[in-house]
Amino acid sequence: MSDTVSGLLTIAVLVAALAAVHVPLGSWMAKVFTDTRHWRVERLVYRLVRVDPASEQRWVTYAVAVLAFSVVGIVLLFLLIVFQSVLPLARGASMNVDTAVNTAVSFVTNTNWQSYAGEAGTSPFVQTVGLTVQNFVSPAVGLAVAIALVRGLARSSGTDLGNFWVDLVRGLFRVIVPLALVGAVVLLLGGVIQNLTAPTTVTTLSGGHQVLQGGLVASQEAIKELGTNGGGYFNANSAHPFENPNAVTNLVEVFLLLVIPFSLPRTYGVMVGDRRQGWTVLGFMASLWALMLTAVTWSEVHAAAGPLGALEGKEVRFGVWPSALFATSTTATSTGAVNSMHESFSALGGGGALFSMMLGELSPGGVGTGLYSALVVAILTVFIAGLMVGRTPELLGKQIGRREITLTALTVLVMPLLVLVFTGIGIVAPLVTSQMLATGPHGLTEVMYAYTSAANNNGSAFAGFSADTPYTNLTLALCMFVGRFAPIVLVLALAGSLVAQRRRPVTAGTLPTHSPTFVGLFVGVAVVVGGLTFFPALALGPLAEALS
Amino acid sequence: MTSTLSSFVKQSWAGLRAMLVLTVLLGVLYPAVVWGVGQAVARDQAAGSLVSVDGSVVGSYLVGQQWTGAQWFWGRPSASGYAGDTSGGSNLSGTALTDEVARRASTARLDPATAPADALTASGSGLDPHVSQAYAVSQVPRVAAARGLAESQVAALVDAHVQGRVAGFLGQPRVNVLELNLALAALSGRSAG
Repeated sequence: MSDTVSGLLTIAVLVAALAAVHVPLGSWMAKVFTDTRHWRVERLVYRLVRVDPASEQRWVTYAVAVLAFSVVGIVLLFLLIVFQSVLPLARGASMNVDTAVNTAVSFVTNTNWQSYAGEAGTSPFVQTVGLTVQNFVSPAVGLAVAIALVRGLARSSGTDLGNFWVDLVRGLFRVIVPLALVGAVVLLLGGVIQNLTAPTTVTTLSGGHQVLQGGLVASQEAIKELGTNGGGYFNANSAHPFENPNAVTNLVEVFLLLVIPFSLPRTYGVMVGDRRQGWTVLGFMASLWALMLTAVTWSEVHAAAGPLGALEGKEVRFGVWPSALFATSTTATSTGAVNSMHESFSALGGGGALFSMMLGELSPGGVGTGLYSALVVAILTVFIAGLMVGRTPELLGKQIGRREITLTALTVLVMPLLVLVFTGIGIVAPLVTSQMLATGPHGLTEVMYAYTSAANNNGSAFAGFSADTPYTNLTLALCMFVGRFAPIVLVLALAGSLVAQRRRPVTAGTLPTHSPTFVGLFVGVAVVVGGLTFFPALALGPLAEALS
Repeated sequence: MTSTLSSFVKQSWAGLRAMLVLTVLLGVLYPAVVWGVGQAVARDQAAGSLVSVDGSVVGSYLVGQQWTGAQWFWGRPSASGYAGDTSGGSNLSGTALTDEVARRASTARLDPATAPADALTASGSGLDPHVSQAYAVSQVPRVAAARGLAESQVAALVDAHVQGRVAGFLGQPRVNVLELNLALAALSGRSAG
């Protein structure tokens, strides 16, 4: 069997699995977030947390709850990390204060950028009690915000968007935790480790010495992928054999990181009472994913014809196709886990991963963040399409007026502003140039990749860039924080403005938002907005490198 | 503004209580359940697929090692020297990579024009346990000569250790270097005895 047939079959199996699962999972999530009853264990949690699950929140209260919960999460994780030496299972792990700030913000914002090496920076206690917990709750926060926006579109009067605490707890107990348990057991059976053994030095057959690591890895690996987190237990992330031992676990991990984001369009369709709307969003996400997968795979396969077989930074057990598949999927979601080193990819392969993030991680995006980001682009699309054909812009009978389009435009602008300003300052000042491994266009791409990854809450890296300095740690932390929470507040404000509107009846003047034509426009707007924003920067980075 | 602030304080207390409850459930109970499943049904995998010879652990089937000496099959170049307490790739590209590859080729006395790609490139993990069949086969003459074995015998050993794609289509065909070297040691032991 040739690599091409093997690669195509792998993609076919993945697509078939996602196609089979997204309908039942998507419908289940719609039921979860519209259910009027609470599970017994959920009631217990609400009692302990002392919140009233029956009360609903307006957008401001919902946003305040999201921010309060996240700020508390950052503070707690920061404290866990700086005091890890006096906590159990310390094992000599340590981090500088600026690295700890970066890490705490990183895991709470679902970024999981790591400027430390997992083997040395974090104790097993911090990995499990700190990082694993944020790996669960940060996607649950994203999911809650997406559901709040969907309610804004689905409901046709009132001011309430739901209760954040209820959405958080249900997302965890009814969706994320059960799936993570299944995923963890599958990965464990596949060879991912799960033990508390301290690192042990063994003498090898040829008389050398090697340290064998331990760790509660399977439980963290499953939620790392499922929650589109991406922070590796080890420095090499999912390239490490203890995180991803073979081609089967590799496929399972790619499936896990795509499954919730690709199921959410169904949830949306069901909740707004028009499943065709869900198909439109799914069509949009899948088209973009296929487009980027084709570009990255083509570039890597092309490079593989050379004497190095494009194998620098790649594992023999995976090879070129599964590495390109992982790289595309991890940057098209907010995951950022890697099974191969993106910095050693071909110019256009690494550039493709970068561009996927620059599009705003829409294809299918992170857990929750993917759906709300896509809906923001959908609103932008109806607005632009409305201007072109002279119709009143509306989505699902909700008019996109001045307030709505202002919030939409601001949401879209936050990320590029962070990326371009901080990359520009870092290069021109020059504050980060001494930290670059590469020179020339590839060096620029290193820096741009770092800030793009942070502002999009991705977490993957061109890892040659030495990011563990106070300036870089703190500016990246700022990008992660603003890149996460500014869009969340704006999206909730948008939801608040939409929920108050009565749904208008469909007339001959309504632009249908469920046709293939609309999907085409939708993809076009995403690519044109992302492309126009970043083309000048990309021309100096990956494009210049590819042409030289 | 003051009402938003007091709301923030109130929600923060709820957030703190929520984090404590969820930490117990997700940070302690969940990993413990997965650990328990591992102990019950996948003890070997959970421990790291360790390999023992004469009662002492000599490595893991999953983790590549540094092999020194002409009498062993070698793995790929590694950016972390297969130390195990660190992991990662070279992150090199362009001319820096070309220079590094030339250095690797001269260390291993390989002709960069004809050597298999995996013999010249470092993996992403620095712990790749596998090599391609081509790289293993290319080492047969050296290993056979160093051990005083017939080349055909060593070549047959390599053949027997080529693993196909998983389920016929997943991943790449490969040879696990530790498995191959264990078999090689056993073969030499038999020949010697």
